[in-house]
Amino acid sequence: IFSKASSSPEDVGESSSETEEDEQPVRYQEGSTELSAEYWGIQKLTKYVKGGDPTATVIALCSMRDLNLSQEACQLAIKDTGCLEVLINLLDTEEIKCQTGSLKILKEISQNILIRHAIADLGGLEIMVKILDSPDTDLKCLAAETIANVARFKRARKTVRQHGGIKRLVELLESISVGSSCQDEDTEIARCGALALWSCSKSPKNRKAIRKAGGIPLLARWLGCSHADILIPIVGTLQECASEPSYRLAIRTEGMIENLVKNLSSEHEELQMHCASAIFKCAEDEEIRDLVRKHEGLQPLSDLLDNSENKQLLAAVTGAIWKCAISRENVLKFQEYKTIETLVTLLTDQPEEVLINVIGALGECCQEQENRGTIRRCGGIAPLVKLLTATNRALLVNVNKAVGGCAMEPENMAIIDSLDGVRLLWSLLRNPNPDVQASAAWALCPCVENAKNSGEMVRSFVGGLELIVNLLKSNDKEVLTSVCAAIANIAKDQENLAVMTDHGVVPLLSKLANTNNNELRRHLAEAIAHCCMWGSNRVAFGEAKAVAPLARYLKAKDPLVHRATALALYQLSEDPNNCVIMHENEVVKLLLAMVGSTDDTLQEAAAGCIANIRRLALATEKAKYG
Amino acid sequence: KLLLDSLTRSAKHFNKSEVECLVNLFDTLVARASSHYAGVGFDRTVFRDTLYSAFGMTDDVVLDRVFSIFDKSNNGYITVVDWVEGLAVLLRGTLEEKMKYCFAVYDLNGDGYISREEMFQMLKNSLLIQPADEEPDEGVKDLVEIALKKMASTYLLVPFLLQDYDHDGKLSFADFEQAVRDEKLLLEAFGPCLPDIK
Repeated sequence: IFSKASSSPEDVGESSSETEEDEQPVRYQEGSTELSAEYWGIQKLTKYVKGGDPTATVIALCSMRDLNLSQEACQLAIKDTGCLEVLINLLDTEEIKCQTGSLKILKEISQNILIRHAIADLGGLEIMVKILDSPDTDLKCLAAETIANVARFKRARKTVRQHGGIKRLVELLESISVGSSCQDEDTEIARCGALALWSCSKSPKNRKAIRKAGGIPLLARWLGCSHADILIPIVGTLQECASEPSYRLAIRTEGMIENLVKNLSSEHEELQMHCASAIFKCAEDEEIRDLVRKHEGLQPLSDLLDNSENKQLLAAVTGAIWKCAISRENVLKFQEYKTIETLVTLLTDQPEEVLINVIGALGECCQEQENRGTIRRCGGIAPLVKLLTATNRALLVNVNKAVGGCAMEPENMAIIDSLDGVRLLWSLLRNPNPDVQASAAWALCPCVENAKNSGEMVRSFVGGLELIVNLLKSNDKEVLTSVCAAIANIAKDQENLAVMTDHGVVPLLSKLANTNNNELRRHLAEAIAHCCMWGSNRVAFGEAKAVAPLARYLKAKDPLVHRATALALYQLSEDPNNCVIMHENEVVKLLLAMVGSTDDTLQEAAAGCIANIRRLALATEKAKYG
Repeated sequence: KLLLDSLTRSAKHFNKSEVECLVNLFDTLVARASSHYAGVGFDRTVFRDTLYSAFGMTDDVVLDRVFSIFDKSNNGYITVVDWVEGLAVLLRGTLEEKMKYCFAVYDLNGDGYISREEMFQMLKNSLLIQPADEEPDEGVKDLVEIALKKMASTYLLVPFLLQDYDHDGKLSFADFEQAVRDEKLLLEAFGPCLPDIK
């Protein structure tokens, strides 16, 4: 879809995703079965290469380069005539001129996927790795550049590693100590080495190998250079590696963020893109998000949004903004730069890769109330709701989060509702993908809380309550957690709670009680607390053996869990049988510690629960002793 | 001493102590040479032996030409000046110097052009395996055409010079220089005449 940038073999996105290249490529047979003119020309030249001494070989090889090597017919002819084998055999000789001549051709034709696979099949990679030991600089450069081309598929990358290629490529980066002036010749070796490492770094094991070979400080050193030619493959490599936590640590500690930010202002769009992409990947770490802000990287990122022509660049930039926006201080900066307004304009007419990131960014920005209003004022709500009908999983997850974020404002909620947004969210609960289900459920929480006539609205979704209760049967933790949160909200409406009870919400919630996951415990306890307020649900929870597990939650270290559990236990303690179970499970002792809490809700609930238990104990005593 | 100074200047690429070493080597060779040039220089035979043992050069045609180039005054023997200045190009020459040198080597009759016949001469032993069904020299002739097309091809791009130039079938120094600038591998296109890095 995007036009490929000159030296980047993959597009912006998951670094560890191996592409379709890894399957054996299919050859598309052209209509004509006649052998082309190129075929005969190459066959003749191959004859001289095979049968000639180095002098004749060099003449033939140089002549071969005049043929249009970038044309597929020519490339395939080289393969079909057996010339490719001859070229590779030449690499194995000690004749530097022949090796050079051969590599010049191989470098060109290895742009072709069939040729790449053939080169690997014929053992060409191993020989090229050996050539990296040669004292001849030009030869080393050519070998590295050719490896960079061939290593575009998994098996080739593995071969390079297995034959000690990574270590040698890293050594190419050692050429000189980089001062403010990078000598041309040394920069060239490093550039070729970096290109090869870039290709190789697509494989996780190679990334490890690069690190073990001491590649990181070298990459850091070259990052300080100012030639775009070498910066692009260096940043490209870093960007691939940034998916590994160990690299992110190094990027932090070796001061690389400063340089990455600096190069966001480069005049080379490709370099800008790779820097943004690296930041995108690194900003998973909070410290890096802070560093980006400290080195004033947020403004250039925001400015780059104005370049909406280059879609690859835009995708990288929006991605970087998205991840940086996870930190509140960064969101505040983006507000200053009016980034949110610009992002809203990017909600329409953009390719999916860009949309996913734009919406991710907006979703994160919603953590600040002011932005929820900004989005509305810029007309962002309608396009968001429209995208609830998309099919792309990653896009849906982000849209759900953004819609949920917006829904925290009643004014926004009115718009969402009028556009049928809640119904669309609800139907996403039926989506087969658990990430989509979970994000939809999370989004429903503020919707249910803030919508006008929320109870009626929920009831209007045919089969909706049954659907959400049944999601409690899911195996996915995130789905369970989010659904519990949603149910806690829905249960605030008595009628809906009654319907959910009919659908078996009590036993289903109870079954989940035996968990160690604090997130789940918290929302489950909240759900139980709210579901107690109907009919004989309190008794039913007790019979479904939910009480004892809940008691154990009090031993967790999470104050939010305590609060929710105390609420639930308080409600449950209205039933005497539950009190007995709680007493047996030492609830009183645990709750006593919380009575002095600064959290009012927790304090009240704990006190209320203890009171109920004590009252029952007293009554039992009285009954025993008359 | 005066000699050393003037040599260091004219040879450009060596420093004084290096020149001294070369001069000493020269004297050794002259002493060994049992010829009537005794004291002044050494002849073709000694020269060829020396180049063979120092650089592994074996091609007779090439060695002959190299001798002629070194022997600037064309009197059949190498003087110390010839020796040092010649080696300066061989071992440390700039690309321009090497191009001139190689061209001179290949221009067998010294007429300023490398002709088809000259190319044939130099390449005639380069094809080790000849296909059985072809005339023995067909392959070499073909190779000569390929080389000519490759290196004189720049003229194909200049319309007013037409194809006639190609039919003359020879390379001028300008052709050669351009070809080598485009593709460095062609510096020794017609046979090795420079020492190997190894």
